[in-house]
Amino acid sequence: MTDFLGNLALGFSVAFSFNTLFLCLIGCLVGTLVGVLPGVGPIATIAMLLPLTFKFDPVGALIMLAGIYYGAQYGGSTTAILVNIPGEATAVVTTLDGHQMARKGRAGAALGIAAIGSFIAGTFATLLIAALGAPLSGLALKFGPAEYFSLMVMGLVFATVLARGSILKAVAMILVGLLLSTVGQDLETGAERLTFGWQEISDGVDFAVLAMGVFGFAEVMRNLENPEARDVVRGAIGSLLPNREEFRRSIAPIARGTLIGSILGILPGNGALLGPFASYTVEKKLAKDPSIFGKGAIEGVAGPESANNAGAQTSFIPLLTLGIPPNAVMALMVGAMTIHGIIPGPQVMTKSPNLFWGMVASMWIGNLMLLIINLPLVGLWVKLLKVPYRLMFPAIMIFCCIGIYSINNNPVEVMLTAFFGLVGYGFYKMGFEPAPLLLGFVLGKLMEENLRRAMIISRGDMLTFVERPLSAALLAVAAILIIIALMPAMNKKRDVVFTE
Amino acid sequence: MKKGILGAVAGLVISAGVATAQGYPTKPINLIVPFAAGGPTDVTARILAEPMGKALGQNVLVENVAGAAGQTASTRVAQAAPDGYTIIMGHMGTHAASVGLNPSLRYDPITSFQPIGLGNASPIVVVTKKDFPAADLKELIAHIQKNPEKVTQAHAGVGSVSHTTCVLFNAQAKLGKVNAAAYRGTGPALNDLMGGQVDFMCDQLTNLAQQINAGAIKGYAVASAARAPSIANVPTTTEAGLPGFRIESWNGLFAPKGTPPDVIAKLVAALDKALEDETTKKRFAELGSITPTKEERKPEGLAAIVKRDIELLTPTLKASGVTISN
Repeated sequence: MTDFLGNLALGFSVAFSFNTLFLCLIGCLVGTLVGVLPGVGPIATIAMLLPLTFKFDPVGALIMLAGIYYGAQYGGSTTAILVNIPGEATAVVTTLDGHQMARKGRAGAALGIAAIGSFIAGTFATLLIAALGAPLSGLALKFGPAEYFSLMVMGLVFATVLARGSILKAVAMILVGLLLSTVGQDLETGAERLTFGWQEISDGVDFAVLAMGVFGFAEVMRNLENPEARDVVRGAIGSLLPNREEFRRSIAPIARGTLIGSILGILPGNGALLGPFASYTVEKKLAKDPSIFGKGAIEGVAGPESANNAGAQTSFIPLLTLGIPPNAVMALMVGAMTIHGIIPGPQVMTKSPNLFWGMVASMWIGNLMLLIINLPLVGLWVKLLKVPYRLMFPAIMIFCCIGIYSINNNPVEVMLTAFFGLVGYGFYKMGFEPAPLLLGFVLGKLMEENLRRAMIISRGDMLTFVERPLSAALLAVAAILIIIALMPAMNKKRDVVFTE
Repeated sequence: MKKGILGAVAGLVISAGVATAQGYPTKPINLIVPFAAGGPTDVTARILAEPMGKALGQNVLVENVAGAAGQTASTRVAQAAPDGYTIIMGHMGTHAASVGLNPSLRYDPITSFQPIGLGNASPIVVVTKKDFPAADLKELIAHIQKNPEKVTQAHAGVGSVSHTTCVLFNAQAKLGKVNAAAYRGTGPALNDLMGGQVDFMCDQLTNLAQQINAGAIKGYAVASAARAPSIANVPTTTEAGLPGFRIESWNGLFAPKGTPPDVIAKLVAALDKALEDETTKKRFAELGSITPTKEERKPEGLAAIVKRDIELLTPTLKASGVTISN
């Protein structure tokens, strides 16, 4: 315990130096900005800013880059709520109820609860890293391909809950998402799949390309088609911050979301992605009246947003304690650390304690800064809704294009996004929801690759999935969810839970 | 009409102006990295870009063009204007292994590019999970040969350094058919190696030194001529009894074929200066990468390396049956 306090004291002494505080603030500001701009993500931003950090000391540089990352997670929800565009996979769920809240004039409340929930989650996750970072990293190592596959199966069952209309249509969209995820080079054999000899998509379809298309571009098209829908959003704004009733309803979802997000964030290979989806599912299941979900339920914003931010923080655990990056942003952090002469690995904590604890302390300070930056900004963001749409949509389109181009510096991807925009518009016209499609897409690749890895390791023995206790437990949860949904006596309830 | 022709001529003069390289460089130089930011090649490019820019008197801008195991970017640079303003940080994968892996490669590492010089090289290490039952490399090989049904190899995806060096190791150690699981990058593969889900892999020292020293994984041999200072107790493959497994993952600068010789000479000089820079030396030492000799820093030196590795890897990779086609 004295160790723990001593370490934290060291961390705060590093994080409270003027330089570090300043860099942390810059990081959070830049992160919020790139998060809010649709399409411009933290990966491109960190890559672009990396050379600028050469002049700083490594601790300050990494704190700034980390600030960009979790700042972007914060900012991403703003765009999801206001204009129904998820900048990151983790913000897909926020569009469901967040944007509906905005349409009902509660944009301020949605933004406010997202900021507050994220702060609480961030604080908890920071404490978790400080207290249990090293032992928790063991969890990441216990998760082999078999466990990961079972987790994805569970995630897929969650996906059906995202449906706002017909369950059949939701399943169809999940399948389309799975199909899209198989496009590109096969990881094990190098063979091309569904690319029709087109080199540009030999690495598969990028998530941002698909998301900006079916959400961003398609949303713009449908708004231009019927201007009245926009006026609803512009009309009433209501009180800026959540009211007492909304706070009361949000407390439990924030707590559950934080817990779910923290655990999933530690897992390797983008486990944090599942956090918001899992949290949304849990809230919809636990709700007394599940029918309000998808129509602007504050629980559907509070829970997933907390899970998202908690996961963003705890995904630093594998990086800092094992030297293993769990996602693309963390891989970039590895690059940043090596450029600054710190090779990430199990020895960072003992060899550079000021870096480790400085980063932990700065995470909390960063979260506080984000809350202070974001709450006063809520009013400003909401005012953005009053900007005439004829001025707003070109800006949205331009930022989407810049953002997509910046991912791989590849113009073809911008064209591809436009194509998916048309597809997304078609989906909307036919009453299909894009959210299950995106979840299927995100889970598909992970599921297939881990299935094949697990089978290679077990030499083709399917029993591996039930012989390993963690994997068996995850599959059991998935099975129970399906049984509940299919039981005749529960059928009536199922209709409520799954289709409102 | 006349104006149109004049305009076209003026355009030609502007683009041809750089071909004669009067006062090169007059604008920033694009250094294309064929991978996403953050990896070893990207880190090398970023470390070298700044001192090279200083030596040239213009900024060297790093641009990441990821895709198709680096082949997207290599194709693009092979077709770029040979004016010295677009160069690529090529790599053992894009400029050697690709020949054996991709029968429909859209560029030829030898004829489509003008080499500039070697940037650095990183030793390849053979590693296992920490409780693997073998005391040295010979026992490791014997154990895998005896238990082909129990041992699983991990690698970072078809076409990666980890994959191509694994294939070479398997062939040189006569392991027969090895059960191999592919991962998306070294990170997840290393995660499962540390967790004991898979048994062994080969990869660049930069990615593994910390984990070896912390005892999270076991290092068996370094496939270089000399031991690596950061893991000095791990023998070389020659010492460990497998001299045929000698390979390094290298990063080298290439320009499109036809870049004027005086431009190349300026880039060669800038690279040499960047490699002599104290910060570069310090950073390379921390990374555990090998600084190239004076010979290797020259176009002829890099050309020889490309030729050597194509000859070494192509037959083995072709025999392994794995192909990338795009």
